[in-house]
Amino acid sequence: MEFKKVTREWDTLKKDAMERAKNAAHLVKEGKIVDAKDTVALLEAVIKPFDKVNIEGNNQKQADFLAKCLCQVDPAKIHDLHMVQSVLTLPEHLDVFEKGIAKKLDMSFSGPQAGRIAQFLQEGKLELGAIHTYLELYGRYFLDLTPRVALVAATMADREGNLFTGFSTEDTPAIVEATKFRQGIVIAQVNKIVDKLPRVDIPADWVDYVIQSPKPFYIEPLFTRDPALITDAQVLKGMMAIKGIYGEYQVESMNHGIGFDTAAIELLLPTYGEELGLKGKICKNFILNPHPTLIPAIETGWVESVHCFGGELGMEDYVAARSDIFFVGPDGSMRSNRAFSQTAGHYAIDMFIGGTLQIDPYGNSSTATANRVAGFGGAPNMGCDPKGRRHSSGAWLKCGEEYALNSELWGPVRRGKRLVVQLAETFREKLAPGFVEELDAFKLAKNANLSIEPVMIYGDDLTHIITEEGIAYLPKCRNMAERTAAIRGIAGFTEVGMKADPKETKRLRELGIIKTPQDLGIDMSRANRSMLAAKNVHDLVEWSGGLYNPPAKFRNW
Amino acid sequence: MALLNLEFEFESENTQTINPEWFHMGVTGSGDMEVMFIKKDLGGKVEAKVCTPVVGFDAVWKSMLNKFVNDTGVGNIVIEINDDNATPIVVYMRLRQALAEATAKEEK
Repeated sequence: MEFKKVTREWDTLKKDAMERAKNAAHLVKEGKIVDAKDTVALLEAVIKPFDKVNIEGNNQKQADFLAKCLCQVDPAKIHDLHMVQSVLTLPEHLDVFEKGIAKKLDMSFSGPQAGRIAQFLQEGKLELGAIHTYLELYGRYFLDLTPRVALVAATMADREGNLFTGFSTEDTPAIVEATKFRQGIVIAQVNKIVDKLPRVDIPADWVDYVIQSPKPFYIEPLFTRDPALITDAQVLKGMMAIKGIYGEYQVESMNHGIGFDTAAIELLLPTYGEELGLKGKICKNFILNPHPTLIPAIETGWVESVHCFGGELGMEDYVAARSDIFFVGPDGSMRSNRAFSQTAGHYAIDMFIGGTLQIDPYGNSSTATANRVAGFGGAPNMGCDPKGRRHSSGAWLKCGEEYALNSELWGPVRRGKRLVVQLAETFREKLAPGFVEELDAFKLAKNANLSIEPVMIYGDDLTHIITEEGIAYLPKCRNMAERTAAIRGIAGFTEVGMKADPKETKRLRELGIIKTPQDLGIDMSRANRSMLAAKNVHDLVEWSGGLYNPPAKFRNW
Repeated sequence: MALLNLEFEFESENTQTINPEWFHMGVTGSGDMEVMFIKKDLGGKVEAKVCTPVVGFDAVWKSMLNKFVNDTGVGNIVIEINDDNATPIVVYMRLRQALAEATAKEEK
């Protein structure tokens, strides 16, 4: 057989990058430094139409100055960009589509811009590739969505272009590595240019241009939950979770969601958890941002380790002073890293627990609403049973042993199951039901013309639902009919719960598939805020010995 | 905003009532409610009066109060609720908490 070799150049990407650098050479002051006022000109020099462009920004730090400048480039010169970025938070992230600078989008999450994405999709201003989990999108940075140009954010740079990302490292290493090693261009906005960095998080070789932005990058204190806003109903669910799941399965490693439900659990460990004698048996290793509400549990000796996706405003000094617990650099400050935290969140932890907006009778759970294309960030990545896991642990094995279909599907092989737990209130504020016959995700898929329904956690991965009515132990169900009955049995007075057959609910209680607070031996009249180890943000500051320095909006004393 | 007045009556097999002639608990506030229990000979029955700004949840109120009566076995009592958008679980918890206090006084 005769092989026909292609005739081509093998370094066109590198040559193209050099060409672009030549166009921008006149804008570079010293080393790699470009003046903030020349940023738009720099972007016009190094970006070409149809490029894949990443603007760094997760739900925490934002390359906001670079995002603003990208909106100011001339759409006649730069158009049809394909944005590949984890989060769309800032108005500018959508303005580039409005102005015709960008056309296509691949993303993970879009909090405040979710309504506009849906609108732009309908108006044809935007083509949506897919809504990924964080790890899935980072994976594609190294596969078929490698950025040609990355616009990233760092805390400081030195004169050579080394970057310090420190506490808020987040996504920067993943983005820069993918971009630079495929001959792409990396532009960093930094809060400050200094002579000597505390430590180097990104080496200068991997960075092309450094700009000191007029203002420090925007960062959102997204994981700060004021204990004063935790309700009695959340305390009740927290007590049920600790006794009925954490204690029952002896869960040692986990990720907690962002909401008040899991903040309540964190604050119940030193009180209710202690009372149940669970210290040292549960909640040892966390994959979690530095939640201020975890401080009391850390200070009372529950927690052995915490690895963080990102930082949290005000927690810098506390974290630095607890280097046995957090991942702290030689300079004394923490380094977060979302890609590694998500990897641990996918493969290593025994449990994912968090809140949701809607659960259907099949156990599918979603925060999607009919007119917002929001995505789910890291939740589906952690809120699933990782089929590639090959290490065992007590909680994982117990959940696998309880799985009613294990012998049918697994044969004689011993396997475990990730605990994937959803905390749901049967009715939330404004009496919005937490259980629905059909998820809003179906309407959204139709409205936004998506190829699949955006479901946060698939029903077959969900193992437990906690409502104030009870806990449903779903792996114990033998078939979908039983599973649906278990879900209806704890769905309260929602349309889903009203269809429960009281006889079947009673049978499931006898089988231990449903456990009510009473079945768990929880006295409902004790479920009130006095159970919390901290009642407000000031208490958290006290617990931290003054090391926690809450942002102004949380200081009300 | 117009307030809705709902009235319900429940049969009860038990007649566990409260010790004082009446008992009051809570404050009508956003997402919360106040409740009053009044002792009254109703031949075991329970009367419930609900004043709420929320329209369209009559059936939920009825089911939830019925659950409270069944779960606790109260009887010969009038329950008056002034509600400000409390969710069913908050209502149920407040009723349980109020009953626990109203009957705890009996033991003294």
